Amino acid sequence: MLSKRVIPCLDVRDGRLTKGIKFKGNVDIGDPVETARLYYEQGADEIVFYDITASSDGRSIMLDVVDRVASQIFIPFSVGGGISTVEHMRAVLLAGAEKVSVNSAAVKNPDIISKGAAAFGSQAIVVGMDVLKVDKSEQIPSGYEIVIHGGRKRMGLDAIDWAKTVEALGAGELCVNSIDADGTKDGYELTLTRMVCEAVTIPVIASGGAGNPQHMVEAVTQGKATAALIASIVHYGEYTIPQLKQYMSGQGVKVRTVW
Amino acid sequence: MLAILDYEAGNQTSVLRALRHLGIPGEITRDPAVIERASGIIFPGVGAAGQAMQNLTNSGLDRVLRAQIELGKPLLGICVGCQILLDYSQENDTATMGVVPGECVLFNPALTDEDGQPIRVPHMGWNSVQRKAPCELFEGIADDAEFYFVHSYFPSPRSEYVLATTTYGVEFCSVHGRRGMWAVQFHPEKSGRPGLALLRNFHRYCQEAQDAQ
Repeated sequence: MLSKRVIPCLDVRDGRLTKGIKFKGNVDIGDPVETARLYYEQGADEIVFYDITASSDGRSIMLDVVDRVASQIFIPFSVGGGISTVEHMRAVLLAGAEKVSVNSAAVKNPDIISKGAAAFGSQAIVVGMDVLKVDKSEQIPSGYEIVIHGGRKRMGLDAIDWAKTVEALGAGELCVNSIDADGTKDGYELTLTRMVCEAVTIPVIASGGAGNPQHMVEAVTQGKATAALIASIVHYGEYTIPQLKQYMSGQGVKVRTVW
Repeated sequence: MLAILDYEAGNQTSVLRALRHLGIPGEITRDPAVIERASGIIFPGVGAAGQAMQNLTNSGLDRVLRAQIELGKPLLGICVGCQILLDYSQENDTATMGVVPGECVLFNPALTDEDGQPIRVPHMGWNSVQRKAPCELFEGIADDAEFYFVHSYFPSPRSEYVLATTTYGVEFCSVHGRRGMWAVQFHPEKSGRPGLALLRNFHRYCQEAQDAQ
């Protein structure tokens, strides 16, 4: 039986973590590799790196981070943020990542999805969707609209239609991030998550809003997601990954508990 | 030294990184002399069966591999490398190596999971492996250990080659082969400690086989 995945997400800028991360042990709190290793040892099922680097210098530093992670951490990981060409995808995958995640670039140029899938296989292409709740309209019948640039730009694109489009283009997985729920710690946007899950047949990661392990249970039961992305609840030491998994398991959710 | 067969499969560097971490000498190679000298061969694979088989045939590595298998060289096929040891793959309607009798078939998305929900394809994530026959690869690995899978097609070899199964909508063969020639559908190089232990077991078997000669 397939386990539901617990996936910590690390924001990286110029090779360093962007948020202070609190935990015990002799680890450099600013080093994404050490933090990823800690999560690996705690039983994270996968790790997502979100690269918010602006400069090309920083991008080559990120490739070095990817290489170091791949040499020490033997679970899958993906890299997203600013990936807009097949060449960039290739560089990240060759450096050792399993998957690349495209978001804004896919909205602006959906071809990147099919080109990436043709070059590296669908399993390597994750499409990240930033979604805003809006009034239902003819253009946005689901009431969920795709936004880019961290939620600042509305695209006039229905999130459910977009999910089906990217699946048809060859995406291997979706990561559905609710802009409304992101950072609130009030729980995932379950209606949105469920609607996307019911619209596509590829795996779906719920993202945005996790404040406690019950939220994660809801994401994979009511939300029907196959994985739950988490950030601050582990970064600031409120919960450890084993605690989250133990809770989920106690609620009847199948999670990986031997590692 | 373990030879990692270089036929432009996506995960060959990941396999090499895992071996390095374990202190196991390994080399990504397409040189027949290096492959012949190796104590064992890892046959990796990510991507589509059609392209993989084409790369293998064009480079002549299919003949090298077949010859080594006939000589009894230990082999570990991974993912697509596990699938194309069979006769045929539904993926790209591909005639494959035919080392193990059987074929590779697509998950039927009409299948449902334990909760009655339709399964999602690809089968992506961590799943357990039920052992059906003794296998040196799993020595010292907990029965309930999980491994990382990512695939849309699964191997369906003749029953006497089934060494372990996994359930995802359907119970499918996740490890096949015979002693010294194994193939795993999951990715040991991405399966944390149990995966690393499996690679270490394979290397130990290869060394013992070489020492015995």
